[in-house]
Amino acid sequence: MSGSARGTALTVAVVYPDLLGTYGDGGNGLVLARRASWRGIDTRLVQADSGRPLPTADLYCIGGGEDGPQVRAATALREDGTLLRAADHGAVVFGVCAGFQLLGRSFPDSSDRPQEGLGLLDITTRKGTGPRSVGELVATVAPDGPRPGGGGSLPRLTGFENHGGVTSVGTGARPLAHVVSGVGNGSGDGSEGAWSGRVLGTYLHGPVLARNTALADLLLGWALSDPGGPAPLEPLEPLDDAEEMALRAERLSAVDGSGRGHLVRRFLHRRG
Amino acid sequence: MTVDAVASTGTLPARASAAVGVVKVANRLSRVLGRGSGTVVGGRAGLVVDPALLATLARDRDVALVTGTNGKTTTTSMLVAALSGASGPAIATNDTGANMPAGHVAAMVDSPRATAAVLEVDESYLGQLIEETHPRVVVLLNLSRDQLDRIAEVRMLVDRWRSALAGLSGSSDSGARGTVVVANADDPMVVWAALAAPDVRWVGAGQVWHDDAVGCPACSGRIEFGAEGAWACDRCDFARPARDAWLEGADLVIADGARQVLTLGLPGQFNRANAAMAALAATEMLTSRTPGAALRTALPLPGVLARLASVDQVAGRFSSTVRRGRPVRLLLAKNPAGWTAIFDLLDEAGPGDAPVVLSVNARVADGLDTSWLWDVPFERLAGRSVVATGDRRIDLAVRLRYAEVSHAVVDGPLAALDRAVGLSDLGTAGPDRGPGTIEFLGNYTAFADLRRQL
Repeated sequence: MSGSARGTALTVAVVYPDLLGTYGDGGNGLVLARRASWRGIDTRLVQADSGRPLPTADLYCIGGGEDGPQVRAATALREDGTLLRAADHGAVVFGVCAGFQLLGRSFPDSSDRPQEGLGLLDITTRKGTGPRSVGELVATVAPDGPRPGGGGSLPRLTGFENHGGVTSVGTGARPLAHVVSGVGNGSGDGSEGAWSGRVLGTYLHGPVLARNTALADLLLGWALSDPGGPAPLEPLEPLDDAEEMALRAERLSAVDGSGRGHLVRRFLHRRG
Repeated sequence: MTVDAVASTGTLPARASAAVGVVKVANRLSRVLGRGSGTVVGGRAGLVVDPALLATLARDRDVALVTGTNGKTTTTSMLVAALSGASGPAIATNDTGANMPAGHVAAMVDSPRATAAVLEVDESYLGQLIEETHPRVVVLLNLSRDQLDRIAEVRMLVDRWRSALAGLSGSSDSGARGTVVVANADDPMVVWAALAAPDVRWVGAGQVWHDDAVGCPACSGRIEFGAEGAWACDRCDFARPARDAWLEGADLVIADGARQVLTLGLPGQFNRANAAMAALAATEMLTSRTPGAALRTALPLPGVLARLASVDQVAGRFSSTVRRGRPVRLLLAKNPAGWTAIFDLLDEAGPGDAPVVLSVNARVADGLDTSWLWDVPFERLAGRSVVATGDRRIDLAVRLRYAEVSHAVVDGPLAALDRAVGLSDLGTAGPDRGPGTIEFLGNYTAFADLRRQL
């Protein structure tokens, strides 16, 4: 690992943006890299296109995509081997939508034939029988969900889902969150996403880390701490997230009408 | 409810006549009540009365269909201009942007005497339109990610196009006129679909956006893009087909070596691409072809390019207005490929100091998901004064923050323009732009909002 301690370079790799980047998920890598460099951490953001060896990195982001490219990406990642080795050595792996599904045991291709996933998460995805799940999603992080550095728990997650898969979380992984509004994993238990160790996946686009900076900082905290050691105790240095907080408030209030609109109005008043 | 108004397309069956009457009444009502421009409502009502109405109205008309992710409206408009004055009294066209069957029905009812129809078609409806209108020409511009919550993903769409185009018939030896497809040879997704058609004119019109075409649709290989738009799969023989015509800078070049400079009323390289496609399509529409004789090397007919050049705005796009003494140019972009092309246009227009107002909504017509903003290279606006507005201005603000582009956030497009006037010194003049021009970029409904408020 090139950046296992603070002050040394942190490498964030966006995996195969030429195959898996249909829903703006490349933004997750940008959010992570910027949030690290704004804190004075020497950070490198790599767009790792398919068709060449995957570079070594501390944090891998895998985005959403269409069925064909998803199968292609899973095959290439297995043949390349770098991601599996890096994960084994404690690199953080973050998958969204198709990128989430391919981290699991198996996922369906466009003809609904099961394809072998990377096996980094104990999840299994099959094709749903109903219409695609499309729309705003809100979920509360599960009690046994990942904990941010410095304690406490992650705030609600907000994002936009657009998928036809149904994902079951096995005993080797835990759900990331429980759905308040929307579909999520769609397996009947109200779960959304999954995580295990330093591997985390979700159905949320948005991109999800722009709307949920606490989740971004959690992943950064993992990537910046010793994989063999204890979870980070110190939270990362806070940033001025006024715009991200306003976006969260607006999206959450659009879904649940919980009266957070005044935060948005206050923000707009200040800015406008 | 008279039937004689549609007499030029022959005698309509009783059911179609009744349906046409319904279309007219509903449209008139809709306009009188101010419920809209009165095109979709009537068309829908007509199709309820007679589900075969579209096919009936298209019968006996020479139909051209124009589809693709970007440039549909502009190309349609150029094709209409190119055909006007050469093809009889009038051309039926859906120039209001209503590009689904209800809009097509309304357009043809509106122009009962038109012997030709040039129809802009939503990408998802190409199959139905081909089946029902038996077009002479189908124009396939480009295909990239757009409104993923509503329209299918690119691969699903291209497969549907492919099956629809496979059903076309080419010109037969018996003299029956078939369908000619005018396809952008520089877009692998378009080519994959068009290869299924029997008769294709390949136009190298350019394609700025490659990210949806990297995986080969024919095998498990990878499409590699080379110089001047050339591309090929690294595993199979899927590659750019031999082109019948292509763009070289501002020149339209024909395969036999003839070339003609495109002088247009609209700015930007992407509009030259639209013009090249429209010119080839117009030539096919205007040429009475002898069976079997391919027209692969013909320059666009005289007059076609001149008439194309007369288009200087399209439903307000590329038009100019004045706000507090400052010129404002109105630009529309709806998806990453479109925004990228508009940024190219800003760079072409002059030094990068003109202030920019960005307006983004996420209503149904725009797509509800704003994730695409992160596929747009907003980093290219660094150094300009930028004002974010529209329903989803906070999404824009967050995107601009991570692009490290300083910006103001303002509620309402007019207030945003006023802020831009106040923020900036006069920008420098450029080849396509006067001094002090403010560039307004909006997506679909955000653009319409500004036009309404102006």
